[in-house]
Amino acid sequence: MIPEIGHYALILALSLAIIQAIIPLAGSYTNTHSWMALSRPLVWGQLLFLTLSTIVLANAFLANDFSVIYVAQHGNTKLPDLYKISAVWGAHEGSLLLWAFLLAAWSAAIALFSRNLPLPVVARVLSVMGMISIGFLLFLLLTSNPFDRTFPVPFEGRELNPMLQDPGLAIHPPLLYMGYVGFSVAFAFSIAALLGGKLDASWARWSRPWTTVAWVFLTVGIALGSWWAYYELGWGGWWFWDPVENASLMPWLVGTALMHSLAVTEKRGAFKSWTVLLALFAFSLSLLGTFLVRSGVLTSVHSFASDPERGVFILIFLLVAIGGSLMLYAWRAPYISGGGRFDLISRETFLLGNNLLLSVLAGLILLGTLAPLIYDAMEWGKISVGFPWFNKMFVLLTPFLALLIGVGSISRWKHTDAAFLVKQLRVAFVVSLAFGLLTLLPLFSDGNLMVGLGMGLAMWVVTSHLVNVKERLKHKAGFNGFLRDLSGGGRSYYGMILAHMGVAMFIVGVTMVSNYGIEQDIRMSPGDTANIAGYDFKFEGVSEFPGPNYNAHRGRFLISKDGEQIAILLPEKRTYFVQTRPMTEAGIDWGLTRDLYVSLGESLGGGDWSMRLYYKPYIRWIWIASIFMGLGGLLAITDRRYRTARKRASSTSTLTAGSSTPAAAESHS
Amino acid sequence: MMFVRSFLLSLFFLVFATPLHAATLAEYTFEDPQKAADFREVIDEMRCLVCQNESLAGSNAELAVDLRNEIFDMMTAGQGKDDVIRFMVARYGDFVLYDPPMKPSTYPLWFGPLVLLIIGALVLIRALRKKSVTQETELSNDEQQRLDTLLKQPSDSKDAKK
Repeated sequence: MIPEIGHYALILALSLAIIQAIIPLAGSYTNTHSWMALSRPLVWGQLLFLTLSTIVLANAFLANDFSVIYVAQHGNTKLPDLYKISAVWGAHEGSLLLWAFLLAAWSAAIALFSRNLPLPVVARVLSVMGMISIGFLLFLLLTSNPFDRTFPVPFEGRELNPMLQDPGLAIHPPLLYMGYVGFSVAFAFSIAALLGGKLDASWARWSRPWTTVAWVFLTVGIALGSWWAYYELGWGGWWFWDPVENASLMPWLVGTALMHSLAVTEKRGAFKSWTVLLALFAFSLSLLGTFLVRSGVLTSVHSFASDPERGVFILIFLLVAIGGSLMLYAWRAPYISGGGRFDLISRETFLLGNNLLLSVLAGLILLGTLAPLIYDAMEWGKISVGFPWFNKMFVLLTPFLALLIGVGSISRWKHTDAAFLVKQLRVAFVVSLAFGLLTLLPLFSDGNLMVGLGMGLAMWVVTSHLVNVKERLKHKAGFNGFLRDLSGGGRSYYGMILAHMGVAMFIVGVTMVSNYGIEQDIRMSPGDTANIAGYDFKFEGVSEFPGPNYNAHRGRFLISKDGEQIAILLPEKRTYFVQTRPMTEAGIDWGLTRDLYVSLGESLGGGDWSMRLYYKPYIRWIWIASIFMGLGGLLAITDRRYRTARKRASSTSTLTAGSSTPAAAESHS
Repeated sequence: MMFVRSFLLSLFFLVFATPLHAATLAEYTFEDPQKAADFREVIDEMRCLVCQNESLAGSNAELAVDLRNEIFDMMTAGQGKDDVIRFMVARYGDFVLYDPPMKPSTYPLWFGPLVLLIIGALVLIRALRKKSVTQETELSNDEQQRLDTLLKQPSDSKDAKK
């Protein structure tokens, strides 16, 4: 009975979504206040029913209700409770339910934090959210119902994919989806603006914090996925350009471009139509990413075609969502007026360059990810596009991004003197160049140009931003000015600095680990010692170790340097009871400047094992960098102007909504 | 008699078993360090055909192990990296290569990003040119009035500095 309640709640949510998509929108055109005012309660209703649905499914997992097919496929009585919960989003049907639930949650957040937005705007935005919701709920109900039953009821469930039984991966999908779904807000704001025909600074000011929050979630979500791949897959890498990874990186790149473009639109009123286009693309790529991963199309075109019902629905949905929004854009964008002028050397131009590069990077990932499918479908021969291709392309383009970051953030809006730029940046440039050249010396890298390039660029990002901060504080009375800055309107500025420092750390991490990482793939007998980069790895043997739903072989390693013991590593090789595929758990001693990493291979008889030992310098910096970026984003959205924007919105809104209320100047604090 | 049999047996192992049953990459040893690096690069950049996106170096699937052994034999027998690639492509097609070969059918792949960049840059330059010609947007009287009211609020002035 209980699973039917979940199913029924889905149907109710769909009904509410249909009303939400139509009535408030119609009301915004006929100026019917009561119709528009319906949008908020409808959103809350949807959230209520989808929460109920999600709880019902989680409960089915916790209660081991194997009469539900989805639970029978992914649940198990021996599965630890944490993974029973995460199994809710561990496969196709449940992950779509999570998507729909998060969409309702973001909609509710808009309903909550839009008190001072003009009602027609709220109505249109929430209507668009309702339309997206219709698509997902229909997809769930028609092709992927997680509450479908089976009879006879299986005695035991087939268990969650062991690869996903990990705390990191339990929270990775919700974070990633928070990012994906979060871009729907910028999308909905854009569509609403196109419908309403008004795009201006206040539109950008509303969209900006939402976009930033979504971007923060996506950043942290992707980093978590990369970290998981590093310690769980036993291969010591952090990114493989797997289609699943690419699917999340594309919306991230376009979302990053969108954040920067929104800044221009807010501050200078320029790039309006471009900003709208980016918002449409960021969400379209999120949709594409979700479906690419979930539809199975990536493993082979044929597995996609084998489930034509889902495939056709996905294609139609993408066509309507992406095609429809682009058609609306083509129709309305020409009416968007231009915005402020700017000279060739100005922050606007540099940010355009940033946008161009980020978009091209996203475009080439799309090309590289889909090329094997296209070649196969067109019968041009089967090809693979893997890390060598992606690495070449990225190494070619990303250095320009790193160069621009320093110039762009210090130049002024509208017009910057070339002489000013040279004067500001010459010290930073010389220091970075010298640092880059220094790392080429035999003492460091023996002339490895990649190391020189990477370290030089990282230094450039750091020093150019130091100059930037110094220049800002010069006008703000030093340290006291800094504190005053932080308490008020300077937070988005320092958020930017923090995020860009993350970029520098990322460059350092990638450069160091890809040039100085050491891997040894060897056979060891108990008592053997291997030496890597000055560290002794003493293998003490492997013993059996029972887990809740698996048996593990656990290796024991003593790590020492110069005879002094540093760590004990316990890498595992697990065989899960239900799905017998072996899984590795790497043993890692982590540090800021290096990770020591052991992963168990195969038993070779007589106590001997094959293993992989790694020395991974500075690899942590890659993930710490993403934390910096995320913190930067969070700091930026606490900027005073978004808070006062809310109080003041009733006045600014009149410019956008075109209503005739006089500006409420007294509402300002 | 026993001695002869075990001698023959060990001879058998010496001839057939040593190179073919390497369980780890460390057991593939070359005298020439360049060869060793080439070997590593080749198996890193080739796909294990039965795995889901794993390289020949990373996979322990039977086919991957067999192919590693085969490539090792080829290279110890004096063949170079290119010979191995030619052999593998002849047998499995371009699909086996993570680094797609440069040939007419892959030009769209290799030059696509460049074309994308050029088109983007041209559109951008055109937009910038147009920008310098067009005037600042004009506000209607009504809008100008409201803007003036807003600008009188002091808190905006600080934000505007940035």
